[in-house]
Amino acid sequence: MNFPQPLLQACHLHKNFGGQQSIIDLSFHINEKECLGIIGPNGAGKTTLFNLITGMVPASSGIILWQGHPIEKKSGAQLARLGIARTFQNIRLFKQLSVLENIQIAYDSQLTYSVLGSLFSFSQKNLQEKKSIAAAMDLLAMFEMTDVAHEPASSLPYGFQRRLEIARALALNPRLLLLDEPVAGMNSTEAAKIMELLRWIQKEFSSTLLIIEHHLPFIMELCNRLLVLNFGSLIADGAPSQIKTNPAVISAYLGNDNDSEE
Amino acid sequence: MILNDYLIFILITLIINAILCLSLNLVNGYMGEFSVGHAAFMALGAYSSAIITVKIAPTLPPLFLFPMAVLIGGATAALAGIPLAFLSFKTRGDYLAIITLAFLMIVKSGLENISYVGASRGFLGIPHLTNLPWTLFWGVVCFLCLRNFIYSKWGRCIMAIREDEIAAEAMGVATRSAKMMTFMISSFVAGVAGALFAHQLQFINPSSFDILKSTDILVMVYLGGVASLSGSLAGATIFTLLNQLLQPLGIWRMVVMPFLLVLLMLFRPRGIMGFREWSWVKIHRDRSDH
Repeated sequence: MNFPQPLLQACHLHKNFGGQQSIIDLSFHINEKECLGIIGPNGAGKTTLFNLITGMVPASSGIILWQGHPIEKKSGAQLARLGIARTFQNIRLFKQLSVLENIQIAYDSQLTYSVLGSLFSFSQKNLQEKKSIAAAMDLLAMFEMTDVAHEPASSLPYGFQRRLEIARALALNPRLLLLDEPVAGMNSTEAAKIMELLRWIQKEFSSTLLIIEHHLPFIMELCNRLLVLNFGSLIADGAPSQIKTNPAVISAYLGNDNDSEE
Repeated sequence: MILNDYLIFILITLIINAILCLSLNLVNGYMGEFSVGHAAFMALGAYSSAIITVKIAPTLPPLFLFPMAVLIGGATAALAGIPLAFLSFKTRGDYLAIITLAFLMIVKSGLENISYVGASRGFLGIPHLTNLPWTLFWGVVCFLCLRNFIYSKWGRCIMAIREDEIAAEAMGVATRSAKMMTFMISSFVAGVAGALFAHQLQFINPSSFDILKSTDILVMVYLGGVASLSGSLAGATIFTLLNQLLQPLGIWRMVVMPFLLVLLMLFRPRGIMGFREWSWVKIHRDRSDH
């Protein structure tokens, strides 16, 4: 690859939880506009890696570079504002808030009015609020969710909740979008819809995607590069076709059946 | 005149209760924390405003003196909210509730031992400056400001924190500054209520601001409904009126009121207006867009 600088680069990352090593000496990079998949058995450290990248947990040692600048000391909120957005393995919507408010919260980091402005409802506040609502409604329209904009997020069916979580992450205007098992618990029709959605997101928003998924046919079709983790270590990094035939991956993860899922 | 002194007293009490209820609902209802220390903020507002009107500037004209005293009462309480906000960065839920309880005890025992403000004998000779127009004025100001706050990015931020703090952080919500602002605003408003209370009764002592006072505010919030401005108004109104209407029952009032609360928790656990609003309370900014 001839990219001058990776969008994100992790160097010798370690993460220990007490005596347990979740991530061991992990180094990898992701380039702009790439679609990188992460696979590995349960407990391989995939979600921990997401938590490290998004500042949810601090790394025990190692460096994470965002466009060449270290970011491992930044908080989750700061990283979100830098352009790193994520979804969660177990959907984490703001359930009692409306669909629209869920999206607005992601837009809120771009609103600049002060606390005094909010208390006394200065015109600047009203203007920015209107703009944020308009932008959120536009995004909901793209996701065909305008009709449910004022419904509480908890009232949506499962598939829509997944879509809303992706829409909410996109509202942050991310350069890097991390998706933690976006098709978990979905049937093949729903998974195909999400695949279509993610491809559209890549085109429309020119986002870089980093995806954890256990559904191997899905991730092999979607991603142009895969990382394979096992017991916290990186055991393979390459194109899906190479991963499929990599003996280390086969013995550690796929077993003898190429189509098996964890 | 329909409004005799007794009715005016009840109305003023009702509005003060509503202000307290709005203040606590911001932390307990909207932000999802559990504070039992709001009587302490009220006490700080009451004492600091009384110091202004009795000790520091008693000769100033009341029209200038009273609003200044109320603002200083609110500001003192807001400053006291800062340490609690810091503690809320590290703890949540039950643990934070215990911390707010400890805070209440510290403030109360502190006041009991400061002879400058009368120690446990109480603070005497506070001028009667709280009247219906002033109380209404402060009630409306507090209500409108809190409503604006809740229907703003800050309001959404604290509701996001209530729903899921980790997801809120991942969505770029500056959780610490949102908590700090909320604690300060909530304690400011409780301080305003304290200042009004002190200048209504003209006498305050530390035991007016004990855990029972906090419990009263909690009862009003959970009766009216959490995360609801309408609920705060409804809760304060019902609580104040029931308290008066049940006076003839004497000591039985203390049995009937909690019993009503038990019934409410059984049949409407979120309170009368929990998570809902009367339509006039809402700010419909998005109507023009679709």
